[in-house]
Order: sequence, then structure tokens, then C-alpha cells
Amino acid sequence: MTIPDFARLSASALAAKVDGGNLSPVDTIDASLLRAKEAASGKDSLNLILWSDTDLARRDAASLVEVMARAGKGGRLAGIPLAVKDNIATLGLPTTCASKILAGYVSPYEATAITRLREAGAIVVAKTNMDEFAMGSSTENSAYGPARNPLDVRLVTGGSSGGSAGAVAAGIVPLALGSETGGSVRQPAAFCGVVGVKPTYGRVSRFGLVAFASSLDQIGPIARNVDDAAIAMEIISGPDPKDSTSSSHEVPAYRDEFMPLATSPAPLDGMTIGVPAEYFPESLDAGIRALCERSIDLLKSLGAKVVDVALPNTSLAIPVYYILAPAEASSNLARFDGVRYGPRSESAALRDMYAQTRSEGFGPEVTRRILLGTYVLSAGYYDAYYKKAQAVRALITRDFRDVFGAGIDALFTPTTPTTAFPIGAVTDPYEMYLSDIFTVTANLAGVPAMSIPIGRVGGRPVGGQILASHFCESTMFRVAYALEAALGGEAHQ
Amino acid sequence: MPVTREDVLHVAELARLAVDESRVDHLVQELNGILAHMDALSAVDTSAVERNISVPVDGTPLRSDSSGPLTMLTARETFAPVMRDGLFLVPRLASHEDAPDSAP
Repeated sequence: MTIPDFARLSASALAAKVDGGNLSPVDTIDASLLRAKEAASGKDSLNLILWSDTDLARRDAASLVEVMARAGKGGRLAGIPLAVKDNIATLGLPTTCASKILAGYVSPYEATAITRLREAGAIVVAKTNMDEFAMGSSTENSAYGPARNPLDVRLVTGGSSGGSAGAVAAGIVPLALGSETGGSVRQPAAFCGVVGVKPTYGRVSRFGLVAFASSLDQIGPIARNVDDAAIAMEIISGPDPKDSTSSSHEVPAYRDEFMPLATSPAPLDGMTIGVPAEYFPESLDAGIRALCERSIDLLKSLGAKVVDVALPNTSLAIPVYYILAPAEASSNLARFDGVRYGPRSESAALRDMYAQTRSEGFGPEVTRRILLGTYVLSAGYYDAYYKKAQAVRALITRDFRDVFGAGIDALFTPTTPTTAFPIGAVTDPYEMYLSDIFTVTANLAGVPAMSIPIGRVGGRPVGGQILASHFCESTMFRVAYALEAALGGEAHQ
Repeated sequence: MPVTREDVLHVAELARLAVDESRVDHLVQELNGILAHMDALSAVDTSAVERNISVPVDGTPLRSDSSGPLTMLTARETFAPVMRDGLFLVPRLASHEDAPDSAP
């Protein structure tokens, strides 16, 4: 059965049709595979998907049909096609981090987040393109070529979860998983006009996520709307004995908290939302500023009290991030040496084999960050760079604690300083790093943040970012859902 | 603290990366360009920061000392040629000559 509006339907709407018997999981998977094939064909191939196994996806759909027949119902995501960033371990499909050094690697186990989504009825249909080892902000640093933005193939998707954000925007799947280290879910979500969530550090198990910077990494959902993102978060959140940093904090039923407010004329009544001036510099794109101001006016009309706040150490976030993340990466990526994973370069001496394998396997950005990370950790430079950056990270975290401790419920900012840029336009590494200037702070402080579409500038999507205090995703979703509803169709105009 | 050619070669050796000689000067330039932006941190007063950050806000939770199920692509038994009592058996090392002869 064809599903005419498949590319626009939400995950919750599709799952309701499957659960109600109006659609079969086989139908939803076939619709997704067909859309993926269309998006990959011709000279305008979007290059969003790296690995897919149509037979495996159809077998999983057929298995779900049997499970549903026995149980009499499906899960909350019954028959929902799921795209997964290529650094999250899945059974039966490669997990290569878009890197030559992991070419052909198939994980013997799967990520906890994937297990939980599968148990809810989701079916993995694709592993998506990304910046190699999640190091990048455009999905141009992939060993398999750049991903292209479905809204304009000349533009980047953003990154590093560009394939996942693009797959949702292109109508291939209604739900995808990405990963965040410095904004890698929110930034591509903003560039592609979809919703992306960075959970509180510890909220979602990192088991099965290939480590980049372990003190910053989190898996997060990408969806067409806030409701679907909240559903995914309810499913993937919660403690996991396989990840000692996963938190035992109770996971609220996010939807139950914001849905009753949907019909209220003032759903944000009693809330105070802070607007930090540091996220609105003079250099901010005028169109983005105007759309943010429109959203701020809407937040007021929804009942929120909007106040100016200060996060004075914001300007230090990029230097801190680009010391700490490469430092952790240089350690985490030491395991890729040609012995346990991927192809091996032949060499007479063991140390030469390590060096040759790594040099041939890693791309330029990963090599640059490993060198940078090794340098800032090396004797003589550790105190000046790494230790100092850790101390400044504490100051950035304190900024957020001070603001939220003073009665601010949530913050509103632009997600990115610019809209999606043309492929190949940014060649200076540090200029690319500045793409993350409004997102890295949440990773450094560990607080939850999400991006939702708030309009377009010159046809290019703009994201508005909502941040909340640690483990206060409920507050974040409440603001995001109300703003999304108030914007209506204007979010995509 | 400008990065030198020697620094790049030293760090590459530490990181087990074979850097082509022709790329060293370019890498020196790139790393210095990036690190110049990091120098902003040196002016920040961090003397009042009592301790460095602990990332999980509620600490690392304890869990029971037991194993749980793990969905695997292939059975764990296929990872090694011989197993006994749930453990992989490996050849005895020369330095363990006095150990009981339990390995194959």
C-alpha cells in the first residue's frame, strides 16, 4: 500500500495508523526505502545514507507484523522507519563513523538507545552520513563525500549529524538519531528545518555510541516536530547499567506534561524565559535576529515573562571546547590502530604499521584534532591549555547555574549565527568551528537544549534554541511545543 | 607558545601518526592559527575555581555487581576457539610457566 503523505506525516501519526491496523509496518518501511532511493538517485543525490540493507529492513518489518499479531498491538513507534547516525552501533549494518579506518566494521552489539527504540517498534532502515568521527559542522568531512541539504542541494546539511537531519527533512524517515558533542544535532537540525534535541549529559545512555569526547557526547533525536522528539526522548532516556555515566534521574512523561496545555491561551503562564545578550552579537545575521525577535514576542504572547540575562563567559566556549574535545578525542581514537578494527596497512615494524594505518585511515580534520589534542595534553602544555580549559569550563557551567538558580526557567537564543552555507564555502578550520558558537555551551555545561524551526531567511531554515537546567527537559519541551504551535506554518516560511 | 616543526613531529610520534614531511609546515601554520584563539583563556582569572568539573551532575551512580543480557550479532562463544565455564581460554604465556596447565 502506498502512503501518499508519508514524507510529511509525523512519527506519532504513522505509528497510530500502524497500531490501528490501517497501515502495515511493511508499508511504512517500503515507503521509506522508496523515498531513500529517490533521494539517492541522479546528479542531485543527497548522499545522506551510507549503509542500508533493504532485505534486513523488510525482514524486521515482517517480524514486527508477527509480534503485533501475537500481542494485539504495536509499540509507541510501531513500524516507524528509523535512520541512525553512523557512529551509533547497530546490528547487521556497518558502523564506520564515515571513516576509512572503520571501513567494513560491523558491531557485534547494538547501542542501548537502538535497543529501546526497536522494542518500541521502530525499524532501522539506514545508517546516515556524518562528519568523520563526528568532527565537523557541515558533513563535508566524510570519507564518503559531503551530504547535501534537501532544501537546496548546493548547501551543506550542517553537521556532524547532517545525514540524519537531512533524512528527516527529505522525508525518508520521520525520526532519526544523531549524536552531540558540541551541537552536532541542533546545528544540522537548524540548517535542515527540523527539530533536534541535545539531552542533559547522562540522560541517555552512551553505550554503543563510538566515543569522541566522552565528557560531552550524548545521543539525541531528530524529528519533524517537538511531539515526536519528546516521544523518542521518553523511550531512549533513563539509566543503563552499561553506561556508568547514565543518570538514575526519573524520566518524566514529557508529552503528558505539555499536551494538556495545548488548548490553553497562555500555555507558558508563570514561566520566565531568559534572553542572553551574548547570543545576539552585532555580527548576527539580521534575518536570524528578526526571526528570533518574532519568536520572543510570541513567547510573551503565550504568557511567558521574558527577561534579559547574562552568560558572561560565553565567548570563551569555543576555545575551551576546541581544547577539551580534541584532547579527549586524541585518547579515545588511540584504539583505532589497525589491530582490532578496520583495514590494516602492511608494514614490517609494528609501530610503523600503527602510524601508517592511522595516517591512511583518518581524514584531514580528524588528524588535525588528534594532533591538537595530543599537543594540549603533552608535557609542558597541559597546564596552560587542558587544565586551564577545564577551569574555564567550570566558569561556563557556573554561568548557567547562576541563571537557572535565579528563577529563570528556560533560555531562548538562535541556534546558529548563520544559515546553511554553500558546500565548499568554509575552508578555514577555525571559521568552521565558529558555526558551533551558540551550541557548545550546552555541551560544556551538560544542560539540555534543542533547536526548532522558527522561519526562513532567503529560503534557508533558521533554528531557535531553547535551553533548560539539568534534567529539566520537561520545561524545554513545554516552551518548544508552545512556540512551535504558535508559529504554525510560519516556522517554515 | 608557537608550535614548531619539532613540536608537530613530536606530537605526531606520540599520536602514532605518520605525517608526510611536505605537510609539516602547513600543519604548523594551522595549529598555530587555531591555538592563537585559545590564548584568550590565559587572561581569565580561574583562581577561584575550587575544583574542575565533574560531568555527571549527580555523580556516578552505583549499580549491582551483576551482568545483564547483551544482544549480540553473533554468539559470544564464536569470538574465541575454546571456552570453559564462560571464559575464553588463551595460550599460556612464557612468563606464566609456573601456572597450572589449564590452557589448550
